[in-house]
Amino acid sequence: MYQGIRISGFGGQGVISAGVLLAYTGMSEGKEVSFFPAYGAEMRGGTANCSVVVSSEEVAAPIVSAPDTAIVLNEPSLAKFEPLVKPGGLLIVNTSLINSKPTRKDIRILNVPCNEIASQLGNGKVMNMVALGAFAAATGAVSIEAIAKALPKVYKKLKPEVIELNVQALKKGAGFKLN
Amino acid sequence: MAEKTLMKGNEALAEGAIRAGCRFFAGYPITPQNEVPEYMSWRLPQVGGAFVQAESEVSAINMIYGAGATGVRCMTSSSSPGISLKQEGISYCAGADLPVFIGNVMRGGPGLGNIAGAQGDYWQATRGGGHGDYRVFVMAPNSVNEMANFPRKCFEVSFKYRIPSMVLADGIIGQMMEPVEFEHPEIDPKTFPEPDWALGVAAGRGKRIVKSYDLKEGGVEIMVNERVKRYNQIEANEVMYEEKMLEDAEVAIVAYGTSARIGAAAMKMAREKGLKVGLFRPITLWPFPKARITELSKRIKKFVAVEMSLGQMVEDVQLAINGRADVYLHAKPGASIITAEEVYKTLENIVKKGAKEYAAAK
Repeated sequence: MYQGIRISGFGGQGVISAGVLLAYTGMSEGKEVSFFPAYGAEMRGGTANCSVVVSSEEVAAPIVSAPDTAIVLNEPSLAKFEPLVKPGGLLIVNTSLINSKPTRKDIRILNVPCNEIASQLGNGKVMNMVALGAFAAATGAVSIEAIAKALPKVYKKLKPEVIELNVQALKKGAGFKLN
Repeated sequence: MAEKTLMKGNEALAEGAIRAGCRFFAGYPITPQNEVPEYMSWRLPQVGGAFVQAESEVSAINMIYGAGATGVRCMTSSSSPGISLKQEGISYCAGADLPVFIGNVMRGGPGLGNIAGAQGDYWQATRGGGHGDYRVFVMAPNSVNEMANFPRKCFEVSFKYRIPSMVLADGIIGQMMEPVEFEHPEIDPKTFPEPDWALGVAAGRGKRIVKSYDLKEGGVEIMVNERVKRYNQIEANEVMYEEKMLEDAEVAIVAYGTSARIGAAAMKMAREKGLKVGLFRPITLWPFPKARITELSKRIKKFVAVEMSLGQMVEDVQLAINGRADVYLHAKPGASIITAEEVYKTLENIVKKGAKEYAAAK
């Protein structure tokens, strides 16, 4: 298997955190992985994105130029990454913040209102885990259980109740199915 | 098998150096290598080492000159513009036969350039960016795992042959995270014998002098020629490279570092389309694996250098091939990203059309 993923959103939405967690989870499941953040002269409110590869074989290019899956968490990210998704690939759209509709017909679209679900769970910050849960369920690249196990290992300072909240967000996200 | 950890390239380079016995680091911040000094600043004190944030890159390399002269395993790191500033000091270290270790996490240039990953410092690293006749042992990692494990090899070569060594990485390798497995147990530098040239407390032994000059007529010629004997040994003994699918290849990609990863992805695409493409990856850039490329060029007649620069390593490829095969170039300067899809198109054009437009300038 091979999954090249791009995650993109505003700085502060947990784009990088979700990417690192996904890479660590893949590694813990015995897969080959890489994580690469777009680093730059970033500013507050600017955009952040990262490339993650989870593969059964050695990872060649760490920068995913044609993603199998793009997870877009804000409006500018949709415009930037929708065109890059491989034909037949998956686009996960955070409909809480994205009003525009994707235009491509040759890819699969999974709409997830990440912020609304996170707010219903009581903490808007876990919106990135909602998106990651949707990704895991839709692709099977990693399991929700493995992400939940990896959480306290990657983010060692998180309190157990915060971990639990993140796991709930993953599970809510996993409930969103492709049509 | 040791447990794998997920690490950032820069952190792996720093941890790898410490595990190889590094106990002194001096540096100055610059993107995209900032995690190296950051990591060293908290990690070195844990192992009884010392970290200095110097007031400039020039100070840092000269602190390394001083530490290296005492025989301690020491390191400085920077990114392209900062490495330019260090060149005088690197030349002095080479001239004084000091086994110092330097990390260069390359960014776009020339000048201040940009902060993305690039490979524009190949000439500087392998031709000596400083003055005088000298060499630096240069290794080019293409993964975070190699960032973690190459410092050990660099220190070994540095101390065996008394030569400065360098890991030449790029911003992508520095910033990315991958699983890391340290191949060797941690070294306690207290177990090293004191080198017979190292400065320190002279009581009970003869005088030792570390210097890069000799004003006697013919003195420097003798010093340089003594050094050349060691350079020749390094060229004979320390060349490293990796080959992928070259056995039946009609076209060989030649690439190092991140470009070799992209090249490998392009090779895979080409193989799926039935094109017989292989990959040759120089791991040591100096010494460059020229003998092996010479040998391969007797059978493979098309070589494609892939570089994140205007094309610098391609000249070493041409020197090794010496007209026996066609040399092509897929290069991009300015720290712009090369994609596997682009490289694949170049390969396809070369194989199917003989595409002259990719031919490297002679």
